[in-house]
Amino acid sequence: MREKSTEKKNKRVRQKYSKHQLRAKWGSTFFLIPSVAGASLFFFAPYIVVIYYSFLDNPIGKQFVAFRNYASVVKNSAFKQAVTNTGVFSAIAVPLAVLLSLLLALLLDNKIPFRTQFRSFLLSPMMVPVASIVLIWQVLFDYNGAINVLITRFGGAKIDWLKSSYAIVVIVILFLWKNIGYNMILFMAALSSVPQDIIEVARLESAGRFRIFFIIKLRYLVSTIVFVTIMSLINSFKIFREIYLLTTDYPYESIYMLQHFMNNKFKSLDYQTLSAAAVLMSLVMIVLIVLLFKAEEHFSKDLES
Amino acid sequence: MSIATLLTAVISLLFLMPIVLTITNSFMSPTEFTANYGAIFATTKSGGRQFVSELVNLKFIPDIVSFNQYGTVLFRSPEYLLKFWNSVILVVPIMLFQLAIAALAGYGFYRYKGKIRGVIFFAYIILMLMPYQVTLVPNYLVTSKLGILDTYWAIWLPGIFSPFSVYLITKYMNRIPVSCIEAAQIDGAGEWKVFTRICLPLCKGIIMSTGILVFIDYWNMVEQPLILLSDPEKYPLSVYLSKINSGEVSLAFAVATIYLIPTLLVFLYGEEYLVEGITYQGGVKQ
Repeated sequence: MREKSTEKKNKRVRQKYSKHQLRAKWGSTFFLIPSVAGASLFFFAPYIVVIYYSFLDNPIGKQFVAFRNYASVVKNSAFKQAVTNTGVFSAIAVPLAVLLSLLLALLLDNKIPFRTQFRSFLLSPMMVPVASIVLIWQVLFDYNGAINVLITRFGGAKIDWLKSSYAIVVIVILFLWKNIGYNMILFMAALSSVPQDIIEVARLESAGRFRIFFIIKLRYLVSTIVFVTIMSLINSFKIFREIYLLTTDYPYESIYMLQHFMNNKFKSLDYQTLSAAAVLMSLVMIVLIVLLFKAEEHFSKDLES
Repeated sequence: MSIATLLTAVISLLFLMPIVLTITNSFMSPTEFTANYGAIFATTKSGGRQFVSELVNLKFIPDIVSFNQYGTVLFRSPEYLLKFWNSVILVVPIMLFQLAIAALAGYGFYRYKGKIRGVIFFAYIILMLMPYQVTLVPNYLVTSKLGILDTYWAIWLPGIFSPFSVYLITKYMNRIPVSCIEAAQIDGAGEWKVFTRICLPLCKGIIMSTGILVFIDYWNMVEQPLILLSDPEKYPLSVYLSKINSGEVSLAFAVATIYLIPTLLVFLYGEEYLVEGITYQGGVKQ
């Protein structure tokens, strides 16, 4: 008898609950509307137009040319140069950024004095306005700048940092300075999630610091390493702002990046080439991001087992 | 003092150096500035370099502390303060409305379990991670179609609907246990009440964090105004600062310092929030 009544009650609750679920399904879509509508209007819809443009002769004549724009982009020597430079830059800057920020996070993971102050200092580059970064970098790396003064004081020869093959070094330093703090925070969070008891046990078994790092901590860090790598890669595509302000439209050829190419195409109103380049670039980005998902999934599964 | 401490100290001081340089050099008189940095910045009327000195003399502390530059920036050349105000006008609405729309959307994503949820969210992530040069063309197209080019709407609207905050807030909301919501619903609370009374208070922290990240990002914007605004009068200080011509470069440090103040304050008061915000970005998976 008693059982029956609870069953009845349960049924009633369930009915009420499912009605709520139904309402939730429709109610929740209203919360999404402002954002989805805005993003569609300002980003997704025009992006489809860009894809459409990339197959046209020009936006006025509207003659369909299939993949001719893509072919001309890929054959363009400036584009090739820009792709190579961006690739070289990312290949140097990204691994360095990951490695150095991990090392810094490990350093700060020790019980050292002024830990929070050091963390703030390392994060501070995030705040500096781009224009004053550029100013400081000029003071440091100009032909008559502070670094060259230092070099000549030690008897070296002056280096024309921004107008020689050293330009990439300057930009890599700038990139590292700007991004390492952010990456380091991510690594610090990951390091603090490593279960302390496992490390205690390892210590009792008299495992050395390096062993503890490579055998225990690294396993917990892998998915963060993947994430930081991809974030750095994406940020390495954003370095254009600084290069542009430091060296204007046409910098020394080794730091002529993809974004310079696109910016210059935009200025010369060459929309169809620009559209094709933008579509190509976003395809590459999508592939990278999907790879990130897969890699993260793979490594987090590894951790669970 | 251990090696680790020493190493960290050296590196972090190196990282801090540019900010310190910006601030201390802003107290340098124009004469001293030219004497120290003339080798780089000083130009003659005809545009050539005027060699006051052969080499740069990097100085952390000026010989004479002078407020001359600040006097010029604050009282004698109103354009800097006007551009500062432009920055405020541009950034504050973007920050507030982006957060409001993102909080709504975050709750929407949290509650909506329809089939296309994953697709939409993935599109948001892609959009968030795109470099500006890819969104530049779509951005330009739509703003010119709407006839809002060269107005602040061209920067406000895409900024407000930028997916960054949505991503962060959704990720946080997904951690709220469904049982909380169910309990409230059984007590008869509707969607709106659940959102305002339960989810928003729980998300206060992450909304602050997101706000700080959005603020820092837009406070330093350069590309959008350059492309979408043609009237230099409307430029925010971040762009104007980068266009300071060499004749006024001694002012640049003072202007940069003034421009740094809001971010510095945000940073000093909200560093924990900032750190938390970055931490939540980690791991793109929802």
